[in-house]
Amino acid sequence: MLTLNQLDKVYKTGTFGTSDLHAVRQVSLDVQRGEVVSLIGESGSGKSTIGKMVLHLLDSTGGTITFDGRDVTKLGFRARRDYYRKVQGVFQDPFSSFNPIYKVDRTFETLRQSYFPKVSGGEWRSRLEDALAAVTLEPDDILGKYPHQLSGGQLQRLLIARALLLDIELLVADEVISMLDASTRIDVLNLLGELKGRGLGILFVTHDLSLGNYVSDRVVILYKGRVVERGDTSAVFDDPLHPYTRDLLASVPHLDRTWEEVEAEEAERTRRLAGRCLYHEAAAAQGRSLGEEAASAEGSAPGEVPDGVGLVEYAPGHFVGCFRKAAEAPCPAA
Amino acid sequence: MTATQPVAGPGTEASDQPGVAGPTTSGRKPGGDVRETLYFALRNPKVLIGAVVVLGFLLLGLIGPAFLRYAPMDYAGPPMAPPSADFPFGTTTFGQDVFAQFVAGLRSTFLVGLLGGGVAAVIGMTIGFVAGYRGGLIDELLNMLTNVVLVIPGFVVLIIINAYLGVRSVPMQALYIGVFSWPWVARAVRSQTLSLRSRDFIDLARLSGVGVGTILRREVAPNMYSYLFMTFVLLFGGSILTAASLDFIGLGPTNAMSLGLMMNQAVQWSALHLGLWWWFIPPGLGITLIVGSLYIMNVGLDEVFNPKLREM
Ligand SMILES: Nc1ncnc2c1ncn2[C@@H]1O[C@H](COP(=O)(O)OP(=O)(O)OP(=O)(O)O)[C@@H](O)[C@H]1O
Ligand SMILES: [Mg+2]
Repeated sequence: MLTLNQLDKVYKTGTFGTSDLHAVRQVSLDVQRGEVVSLIGESGSGKSTIGKMVLHLLDSTGGTITFDGRDVTKLGFRARRDYYRKVQGVFQDPFSSFNPIYKVDRTFETLRQSYFPKVSGGEWRSRLEDALAAVTLEPDDILGKYPHQLSGGQLQRLLIARALLLDIELLVADEVISMLDASTRIDVLNLLGELKGRGLGILFVTHDLSLGNYVSDRVVILYKGRVVERGDTSAVFDDPLHPYTRDLLASVPHLDRTWEEVEAEEAERTRRLAGRCLYHEAAAAQGRSLGEEAASAEGSAPGEVPDGVGLVEYAPGHFVGCFRKAAEAPCPAA
Repeated sequence: MTATQPVAGPGTEASDQPGVAGPTTSGRKPGGDVRETLYFALRNPKVLIGAVVVLGFLLLGLIGPAFLRYAPMDYAGPPMAPPSADFPFGTTTFGQDVFAQFVAGLRSTFLVGLLGGGVAAVIGMTIGFVAGYRGGLIDELLNMLTNVVLVIPGFVVLIIINAYLGVRSVPMQALYIGVFSWPWVARAVRSQTLSLRSRDFIDLARLSGVGVGTILRREVAPNMYSYLFMTFVLLFGGSILTAASLDFIGLGPTNAMSLGLMMNQAVQWSALHLGLWWWFIPPGLGITLIVGSLYIMNVGLDEVFNPKLREM
């Protein structure tokens, strides 16, 4: 449904826009209907930037975004309006998502004026109450309040409710549960699961691995703007390949195994992969015909991906990129 | 003009504060908000006092002439007479009724302030909003224009224009003043817009399929209402002062009276030395009270508009 192909984003920074910040490098991923794809990465890895580009709130510097086969990288105002009927987002910071001078109701009112001018007041009210109930909010506690009178968790759930009012097909959820306490977190996660069951595709942005594990069908691990590994959740979590992913997962507690077992397994994996780079091994073995991404990321020199941002398919559905960490660092196998 | 350029943003608003201003246009449908704002406005002493003073002067300027017995320039009574029942503000060296001059002066003062301030506000805010929200090339072009006008010594240009084109009517004078006093407004509004643009609620409005104009009008501008109002106050006062300065050097309107002209005539005819306090105090006090009241009103409106301040 949603496909990103070699998406790039360069921010111009510095006083005269002279220095560049390469926030997103050649990111390719896709989200299907009825699927949750987690975008996992540390702070500053470019997750929100990707989310905003998907939502057409930021211009991309290169690459394409297609939705149902249609290129949505550049859209006019009309087309964007139609796009937002199907694609909505919830932002990371609920406090800045509401205009502080208006009551929170106005966010819904804006949506109604824009997309449902014909729906009657009573009908809208009942839809609104349904949407609020879905995120376990009491309308009476919430409506008529100013944003500063509500908690971050309440505001965040309001934003989810807002997205539910439209009959959307794709939701970009940027850290939607970071502000919630444990019990509401589960409620919201279950809601996302239910939406997924109804055929909604969700791009779930998070820095929290255990949450990524809990909800998602597939995960994309992002490091400094580059996809280092992606694949089915179980494949990536059971057999992390990239050094960054392994570091990341080493800190996640496992419920079904003891620390010793986990550590032994990780030590064994580290031994097996030390000083190697699966990406370049595959590249050497297969020459140019790597995986789909690698082929399309191909640059001038044959057999070598220019930016080192390609991925190889290590196992079916499990892709991994070059084992170096930072973009400038040398490949450990080199 | 030069006198009105604030070094930094006006003190009451921290420009980085999230909740700066208020919902006066919000109440289109929800209804309650306008009434609520009005409710709080009428309970705010600063707003009330400011409004009463300004409206009082305005009213005096509007309906006062109907009750006057003498025209402003008539040699109506004894020269240099102190205030009396016949001449509430006394008379000038030539026996003109100071009160009649004051009332007429109020009119042109309000006109210069409103028109000059209005023109400057419209130009400055439009440019500021568009430049700040749009960014990129448009921003750079508008910025260039702003900087060009900013470095033009506006007052000198006004003198030249006045001297050569012979501007002799109050509206013309106001128009010229307005056209040269907007740059700092554009800059201030631009930087505020810039900081608001990056807030998520703007993005959320875009996700609701709302257009640029509507976003500027209903999301960005309302956050700056009290700031915009403050800007207008400064422009208003600035226009009045600039007009007075022009009047002083003999480049004011010839066919009208203004508070500035009164003060300058008073100074010219040594009212200070002769102790004719009734000649220069009313116009001076008038200008001070009008501009000062608007300022106080603005501080009060900040409290009214900002729900966070309101609750304390
Ligand atoms: N408007 C901007 N101008 C310049 N640089 C930016 C801008 N927005 C983000 N960046 C930079 O781009 C990089 C990626 O930012 P992004 O917000 O996408 O990170 P993130 O993965 O969402 O992090 P977090 O988990 O903290 O939300 C960061 O280094 C950030 O400093
Ligand atoms: Mg983020």
